[in-house]
Amino acid sequence: MSIATTTAREVTQSLATGRSKEHGPAALIFLGLLWFSMFFGVVVLLVLIIDTIIEGSSRFDGALLTEYGSRVSPETTGFRAGILGSAWLMVFTALFAVPLGIAAALYLEEFANRDRWWNRLIELNLQNLAAVPSIVYGLLAVAVMALLGFDNSGTVLGGAIALALLILPVIIITTREAVRAVPREIRDGSLALGATVWQTTWRQTLPSAIPGIATGTILGLSRAIGEAAPLVVVGLAGSVRFDPEGLLSSITALPMQIFSLTSQSQEDFQTAASAAIVVLLVMILGLNGLAIFIRNKFQRTW
Amino acid sequence: MPANAAYANSRTPAGHVPDPLVDAHDGESRGLPDMPPDPVMEAFGLNVYYGDFHAVHDVNLSFGRHEITALIGPSGCGKSTVLRCLNRMNDLVTGARVEGEVTYHGQNMYARNVDPIAVRTHIGMVFQKPNPFPKSIYDNIAYGPKVTGMKVENMDDLVEGALRGAALWDEVKDKLKQSAYGLSGGQQQRLCIARTIATKPDVILMDEPCSALDPIATARVEDLMHELRSDYTIIIVTHNMQQAARVSDRTAFFTARADETTGNRTGLLVEFDRTSQMFSAPRDKRTEDYISGRFG
Amino acid sequence: MSNNASSVVGPSGRTGPPAVNLARKSRPAESAIRVVLTSSAFVSVAVTVGIIAALIRPVLDFFGEVPFGDFFSTEGQFAVLPLVAGTLMVTVIALLVSVPLGLGAAMYLSEYASRRARKFLKPTVELLAGIPSVVYGFFALTFVTPTVLQDLLGVQVNFTNALSAGLVLGVMVIPTIASLSEDALSAVPHSLRQGSLAMGANRMQTTLRVVFPAALSGIAAAIVLGMSRAIGETMIVALAAGAQKNLSVDPREGMQTMTGFIAQTAGGENPVGSTSYNTLFAVGMLLFVITLLVNVVSIALVRRFRQVY
Repeated sequence: MSIATTTAREVTQSLATGRSKEHGPAALIFLGLLWFSMFFGVVVLLVLIIDTIIEGSSRFDGALLTEYGSRVSPETTGFRAGILGSAWLMVFTALFAVPLGIAAALYLEEFANRDRWWNRLIELNLQNLAAVPSIVYGLLAVAVMALLGFDNSGTVLGGAIALALLILPVIIITTREAVRAVPREIRDGSLALGATVWQTTWRQTLPSAIPGIATGTILGLSRAIGEAAPLVVVGLAGSVRFDPEGLLSSITALPMQIFSLTSQSQEDFQTAASAAIVVLLVMILGLNGLAIFIRNKFQRTW
Repeated sequence: MPANAAYANSRTPAGHVPDPLVDAHDGESRGLPDMPPDPVMEAFGLNVYYGDFHAVHDVNLSFGRHEITALIGPSGCGKSTVLRCLNRMNDLVTGARVEGEVTYHGQNMYARNVDPIAVRTHIGMVFQKPNPFPKSIYDNIAYGPKVTGMKVENMDDLVEGALRGAALWDEVKDKLKQSAYGLSGGQQQRLCIARTIATKPDVILMDEPCSALDPIATARVEDLMHELRSDYTIIIVTHNMQQAARVSDRTAFFTARADETTGNRTGLLVEFDRTSQMFSAPRDKRTEDYISGRFG
Repeated sequence: MSNNASSVVGPSGRTGPPAVNLARKSRPAESAIRVVLTSSAFVSVAVTVGIIAALIRPVLDFFGEVPFGDFFSTEGQFAVLPLVAGTLMVTVIALLVSVPLGLGAAMYLSEYASRRARKFLKPTVELLAGIPSVVYGFFALTFVTPTVLQDLLGVQVNFTNALSAGLVLGVMVIPTIASLSEDALSAVPHSLRQGSLAMGANRMQTTLRVVFPAALSGIAAAIVLGMSRAIGETMIVALAAGAQKNLSVDPREGMQTMTGFIAQTAGGENPVGSTSYNTLFAVGMLLFVITLLVNVVSIALVRRFRQVY
């Protein structure tokens, strides 16, 4: 590929030596190093996935999905509670974070005057929040739960608060990009007809931006579903033997179950953890696939 | 009608001092320019700033009822900026500041208690690039009446009327539910005009409405402007002098003056007169240079 | 033409202006929505304030019982310096992996890959960031340490060790550095490259001597952001780096990091409000402050690189 793409530039090369400068030893070594950098991570990823699938292959059975975790029978331990817990967490995380994130993004893009210091403060703050360690959001959720008067924060509510706060910056940033992609002319056309800023936002900008917002939201959720650190801090249990029943029901989550299994030394538990990782990766891949599908199918190019 | 009737009637805001540069042509004694007898809108001492940048300097203009007024001049002369002041679209630009008065039926539309949204329902705008909404043709037309809360007895009739008004009905009557994006550029621009007249405005502002169109589509839009003149007051910005000569009753010529220290170019009005007068016997040397192609 | 036009103005036009009401209308729904949207935007600020508020009380309680010197100390129950050292060790190893590999990938994507290859390769690299860290941690613990380090490379490492955690963490940080650096490299104007190539430099020389220096502040921002990610990452180190404070410079030993400590303490049996529980918040506060400083540097660098182009 490199040879094909360099042809255009060979005009500049010395013809007298008869040897292309692009193929000197140093240039080739450099290109080799870039190739190595490019594909090292991909190879690691492949090894990780293949190793996990091989390790977990003996446990790809129905019990993996339908059974609760068990300490006494490691060969049939399951992740029913974790899978359901993660599903509940995702639903409530989305319910908390998506409306809030979209509203904040619409304010920043459509209403805020960028010359005002408080709007610049919000921008700066968002950039910082996006890089705050996820575990810190766990500490924040513990405090919020205490403020709301709940002793036990290892619940659907506590976990969802932590994850919602964690992905809020992601949702705001992606929504803003989607909103910004809607051309200025559409807004001008609407405003010139006498529509208010909100009418324009609600009836023109937002509908056009929905595919982008959906893509960003799903990618945010796919990040949240794999997070364990904030859930450890809010006190989600590693093993729960019942289905979630409500916002205040104590739950576990799939990554939490995987985390707690790693401290078990029995081989069967390691196998089960590998199989559960495959389940988790399939869920994440599914979400990413959905996001890509939405982007390709509905995204409008202006 | 006396040639200077409008000057006699026009109100000059207190404190407005004539600018020697802008009003230079007054010195040349070819008689005063002929001002519109029945102005719908007037600008008095209009200055526009973007932050520290002085974009438009001290423009005085009046726009006659059921006339087409063309704003012409080289690029960067502030003609589009002036146009966007006339329905307060400049409000939406961060850092934009407008000084002076723009009156609409005698009311200063920059007064504190004026609602810019109400202004825009009376004074519609058509843009340079056709900008239909990503909706059906029907919904494009129905959008304005819906959002402005117009009382509509029969939306179908209103849509048909607007499309007929924009000479588009025969071309689209069988595909009203199809996306407006399927139309050609010229049809899209006429749809945008139809969309504007659907809200029953009084004045229509057009910002280089034909610059993105081919000659045939341009001719159709120009024909349409002639038809619309009997019902609407039209103000058009164009970079095309032939177009101004073809369609307009009156023409305002703008030019830009560079600041000696910063190099920023500030737009100013050079001459405003009947189109026939301006193109046959311009009063100002700069206008003459421009329309004879020696400059710009 | 224009003479005829003036006759269009009928007598009706001069009967005086029709009543036009331009008065400001109150739109209560519109105002209410504005308030809702504005408050939503301020929630993000409230989150930051909330983080600080959530941390400050237990931190004050903590320092009420534990002297400052015992916290910023190398030994003892509440000593934080071994945790800081552990974090530093793991972060340095991670950056040793991710900076060259991330930059290499960025240079390949920006300077060598065709447009079509880039469209496919960039998301592939970014996939690395989509793998949950608990999965990476499990991989470090069950594959990298026993199979790669012990069997394949013959390194004598403990069951949990900083080396394995750092290496895997480095892989996780590659996309952060690659993606942002690629943006910075791509933003360098083409005229610079063409100027260099026209003078007879080859692509490697152009990349290293012209494009790379021109993109330096953006690349620096990418590295600093990668560092912030590495410092704050929890599950990999909690699983693979060890659960014992260990002030050592030997990466083959297990050592606990700040995040690892928080995860362990929060998951443990310490009663809420006890001094050992409050240690959690003291370490959390330190972690927050460190990452905040790092992020501020990164944001400032990004801003500088945006200003250049």
